Order: sequence, then structure tokens, then C-alpha cells
Amino acid sequence: MAQMTMIQAITNAMHTELKNDENVLIFGEDVGQNGGVFRATEGLQAEYGEDRVFDTPLAESGIIGMSVGLALQDFRPVPEIQFIGFIYEAMDAINGQMARYRYRSGNTYHMPVTIRAPFGGGVHTPELHADSLEGLLTQQPGIRVVVPSTPYDAKGLLLSSIRNNDPVFFLEHMKLYRSFRGEVPEEDYTVDLDKADVKREGKDVTLIGYGAMVHQALKAADQLAEDGIEAEVIDLRTISPIDYDTIIESVKKTNRVVMIQEAQRQGGVAAAVTSEIQERAILHLEAPILRVTAPDTVYPFSQAEEVWLPNHNNIIEKVNKVMNF
Amino acid sequence: MKRTIEQVENQFETFQILNEDGEIVNEDAMPDLSDEDLQELMRRMVYTRILDQRSIALNRQGRLGFYAPTAGQEASQLGSHFAMEKEDFLLPAYRDVPQLIFHGLPLYQAFLFSRGHFHGNQMPEVNAVSPQIIIGAQYTQAAGVALGLKKRGKKNVAVTYTGEGGASQGDFYEGINFAGAYQAPAIFFVQNNRYAISVPAEKQTAAQTNAQKAVAAGIEGVQVDGMDVLAVYKATLDARERAVNGEGPSLIETLTYRYGPHTMAGDDPTRYRDEEEENEWEKKDPLTRFRKYLESKDLWSEEKENEIIENAKEEIKAAIKKADEQPKQKVTDLISIMHEELPANLKEQKEEYEEKESK
Repeated sequence: MAQMTMIQAITNAMHTELKNDENVLIFGEDVGQNGGVFRATEGLQAEYGEDRVFDTPLAESGIIGMSVGLALQDFRPVPEIQFIGFIYEAMDAINGQMARYRYRSGNTYHMPVTIRAPFGGGVHTPELHADSLEGLLTQQPGIRVVVPSTPYDAKGLLLSSIRNNDPVFFLEHMKLYRSFRGEVPEEDYTVDLDKADVKREGKDVTLIGYGAMVHQALKAADQLAEDGIEAEVIDLRTISPIDYDTIIESVKKTNRVVMIQEAQRQGGVAAAVTSEIQERAILHLEAPILRVTAPDTVYPFSQAEEVWLPNHNNIIEKVNKVMNF
Repeated sequence: MKRTIEQVENQFETFQILNEDGEIVNEDAMPDLSDEDLQELMRRMVYTRILDQRSIALNRQGRLGFYAPTAGQEASQLGSHFAMEKEDFLLPAYRDVPQLIFHGLPLYQAFLFSRGHFHGNQMPEVNAVSPQIIIGAQYTQAAGVALGLKKRGKKNVAVTYTGEGGASQGDFYEGINFAGAYQAPAIFFVQNNRYAISVPAEKQTAAQTNAQKAVAAGIEGVQVDGMDVLAVYKATLDARERAVNGEGPSLIETLTYRYGPHTMAGDDPTRYRDEEEENEWEKKDPLTRFRKYLESKDLWSEEKENEIIENAKEEIKAAIKKADEQPKQKVTDLISIMHEELPANLKEQKEEYEEKESK
């Protein structure tokens, strides 16, 4: 066991898989000699060579289109999109092409591709770096969307993603890259895709979140415990598909739900989650499901992040509402 | 400034071997083709012209769906494909079904593609993907396939096609630029048939040729008489040779014309093309000039052509029958081809539809 930041765990996973599978290729803007703008690919080119880890021209559609072509030649591409806001440039290549290839070819071809991209607020990035655009991806059939919140999950989920034979979009929250360390085994291990994780057990209310909001939920749960409210915190980890078995089991125990996301209310996956819960467990609900989200504006100018981004106080407020409904 | 543009454009003169009268005008460039090869090329062009006529008729009868006519483009499509090896990888656009058929896709599957059935896209050991609908996407994918071939150390190329309208897309430029940056073995075709639906080539760009767009990627660019099957074949062969020798990708513009509408979904070319222009291009018909050339060498006859036409019609009839016999698609089929391991939502939905389908 070693203490690692999330970004170290991510680098460690890529090391593991470059060694394990010669078909794995890592490429993107500045991921080679430079080691990535966040050092996620630090040292990889030096160890595995320019044939395996390489820089690309500055063109996101080209990067993902090229990934599709490399997958058609049985490689296992792990491309990087430098910041999530730049995926608009590659939306056809991702949603229009890669996600559909197994289906459009009637299972003749498949796309074992993992796209990595940083996203997420709280670090005062310039425009279109931090937006939560996962909702655009979760609406597309044929692609899984994974968002780790801890170093341990990040390594295990990234290894599972790379080994999966269908496309995975792997979203890495910038605020979580280096904000804390956690125990991460040096050896090979995986965390199952499509499975949520109960990060804290509780009996009074279920808090569901992903990415940085998991930590806000845990912080809220600590404070709520002081008032005698035991919150259960579920980290979705994979947000497409969503693990409803874990959610419903929790709802049946707590009978109250607050769904939390950093994305705007009209984005993300909060609406999908609340809708599925009411279809599957309405008779177990003591109160409406409330959502903690960002307001429906464009992502804030960096100085306004603090007042705009959802935080633990917003969560506590909503929990008090569902408790006193 | 003007002088520079002229200097560039002068580098892209149209390459031609066979003129409109079927005469060899560029003996030095003549490709090394046997009599049988020459006859096979003609056979493929005649076959494809018949396939086009029958496809239009079948579409009008409602026995085919989406169809993009090919008449006029036979030299461009089949001359280029004739230079490909079986192990070369083909990424066609929606009008490039003939190349796909001659690369190995059974005709009945091409018809299923037209109708909208997944089996039409299931490549049977053919190095190709199904026709691309998003104009330009095949270009960036071709760059990736070519890089893959290079990394695998294969002496093969990726071949892809778009139209002159497609050469305005971002993916067009990104595709040729990526292939150039990696010196990947790709051949990019722009089949310039003068119109992107109703928009004439002049409205796509102020550039006088599409071949010169290769300059922006720093790669080889060639403009070819796309109604001349020998010139198209030769230009492709040369590009292929450069590519497999590690000299990087090429962009080939073929000047061609479609005699029919853009697609069979209601396009009427008389709204945007005049009769005079159409007649002018009829005179350039790639079949007419190649027929004249082969006849002058005693390699072609009316009987031979009629035999090909009859064979083509028989094959088409049999293929449509086979397409008719294909089982209807079920929702559970569509669910099954989404992922290797079905996610929970699809498992649930599959069960739901299995129940419906069993009733």
C-alpha cells in the first residue's frame, strides 16, 4: 500500500496497463515528453517509448477520430482530451461515431477506447475548462461514463475502463487531483464498472453524488451526524449506466433522498436518478426527492465559483427539508 | 499575392491518360495492365452502371431504401479501388458502395445497408467499414487506421473518399493533417462531382482545385481526370506505392460528375443544373471512352458487354431475393449489439422486449 493522490493513482494505472497490454496506446495534446498538463502521463513516454505514448496535433476531433481508426486496427487507445470543455470539438467522433461502432457494424467491430478528460470547478480555471458536461455523454447509448472520487477508485476504475471492450469516458475532477491522499495498492487490481459504492452508511437519508460532490456529501453527513441525522452517502462512480440496485436498497432503508451534482440543474444525471427512484420505489419515500445542483447559468467566471458551485451547506439545507417534509 | 496563388495552382494540372475519344494522350504514364486487367476494369464499370440503374428502379419500387446514385463516377470509384490490395482498409462515404462491393461485401448486404438492416453492415472478413454518413468523419478515422497499419508494420494502406463539399469540413483537414504529421499510409480521395446536393463547387471554396488543399497538410496532392479510369488507377497506384514505402499520405482529387440526383430522397438536379452542362459531361462518360479504347485494341465487343449486363441483372435479382429472405430485426437484436457486456438498463430492457417478442 502506498499513499497516493488521485493523479498519482491515475498515472499508476496507466503504467500498469502499458506494461500489461502492448496494444494500449496513450496520446493527446502534450501527454508525451511533457507528461501532460497535470502530469498525469509523467514518465510514461520515457518508459514505454514514443510508439506507445505520443503527442498529437492540436485537434480534438482528429484525436478521437484517430482513436476510432486505431481501434479498427485492434489497438486499445487511451486518448486524452486536455479539458472537458473542448469535447464539443469531438462530439461527432465520440457520440456520433465511437459510441455507435459495435452497433453500426452489427458486432463486427468494437471500440475498446478510454477517453480521459479533466473537468470540475473550484480551481479558478479559465473559460470552458471546468464545465460538467457529463450529461451530454450519459444521454448517448453505447458509451459508459465513469467519474471517480478517490485515489483508490480512480486506479481500479481506470484499469477496468481500459480493459473494457467498449468505449468509456473517464472524467477526472481537477479539484480532486491533488487535494488529498489515499491508500492505493501498488499491485494490479480493478474496481467494477457499473457499480456504485456506499461511502458512508446511514439510516435516515440517502445522499447520492459523484465526483467532487461525494466529498461535499461526506462533509455534510459529518455535520448532520452532530444533529443526530445519520446520512448514507452513495458514490455513483459510474454514471452511465447507473447502479440502481445499490440506490434502491438504500432508499428502502432510509426512505429519503437528496441527489447532488455539480452540474447545472438542467444538466448532469440528477433528473434521471430521481425519475428512476420514483418509478422503482415511490412507496418507500417519505418525502419528495430533492436535488442539489448548480444554477442554470453558463459556468461561472472564476471569481464567482464560490457562490455558484454547490457545497455541503446546500446539501444540509436540502436534507433538513426532506427530514421535515 | 495573386502571383503566389497562381504559382501554387500551377502545380496541380489535371492528370489524364485517356481522352474523351478513347485515345492515349500520355503514353509515358500508361499503367502496366494486362489485357485481362483492362477487361476486368471495364466489366466492373459496366456492372456498376447497371447496378446504379437497377438500384434506382428498385428504390422507386420501394424495394430499396437510401440510395446515392453513382452513374458517371465509375472511373473515379472503380479505377481507384482497382489499385487497392485485399488487405488494404477501405473507409467509404455513403456514395461509395461500389468500392465496398468489389472489396468483398456481398451484394445482398449492400442492399440491406440501403434498406436499413444491421446485417448489411456486418463485414465478412472484409477490410472495410460500412458507408459513412457524417461527411468528413471517415477522414480522421482513416488517419487512425493508417497509423495502425504503420504501427503493425503492414505494407498496406487506408483508403477513404469524400466529395468536394466534404473538403470544406474540419474533419477533412484534420484527417489529412494527422496522417501527414504521422507520415501514415493513407490515400484520401476527393471525388469532385461538381455539386454538393445543389451547391456548386465554386461556392465551397475560392481554391481553384481541391488537390491543392494537400499543401495545408504538407502532403502530396494530385488532380486527376476522374472520368478517365486509367489515370485514376495510375494516380492511386503511385500514391499507394509512396504510402507503403513510408513516404506518407496523398490527397487525390478526381474530377467527375454524377448523372443522377444526389440521393433518391427527392433531390431534383434540374433545379440547379442546366441541360447544356449535363450534355457536356455525358460526352465525357468514362464508359464510352474506355469502351472506344478497348475496341481499338480488339478487347471489347457488344456481345461481351451484353453478357456482363445480363449477368449483372441476374446477380442483382438473386441478391434482392436474398435480402428479402433476411430475418426481420428485433429490438432484442439491436440491444445485443450495443455492448460486449450489457449494462443493467439494457439487461432490463432486453427482458422486457424478449417477453413482447415471444407473444
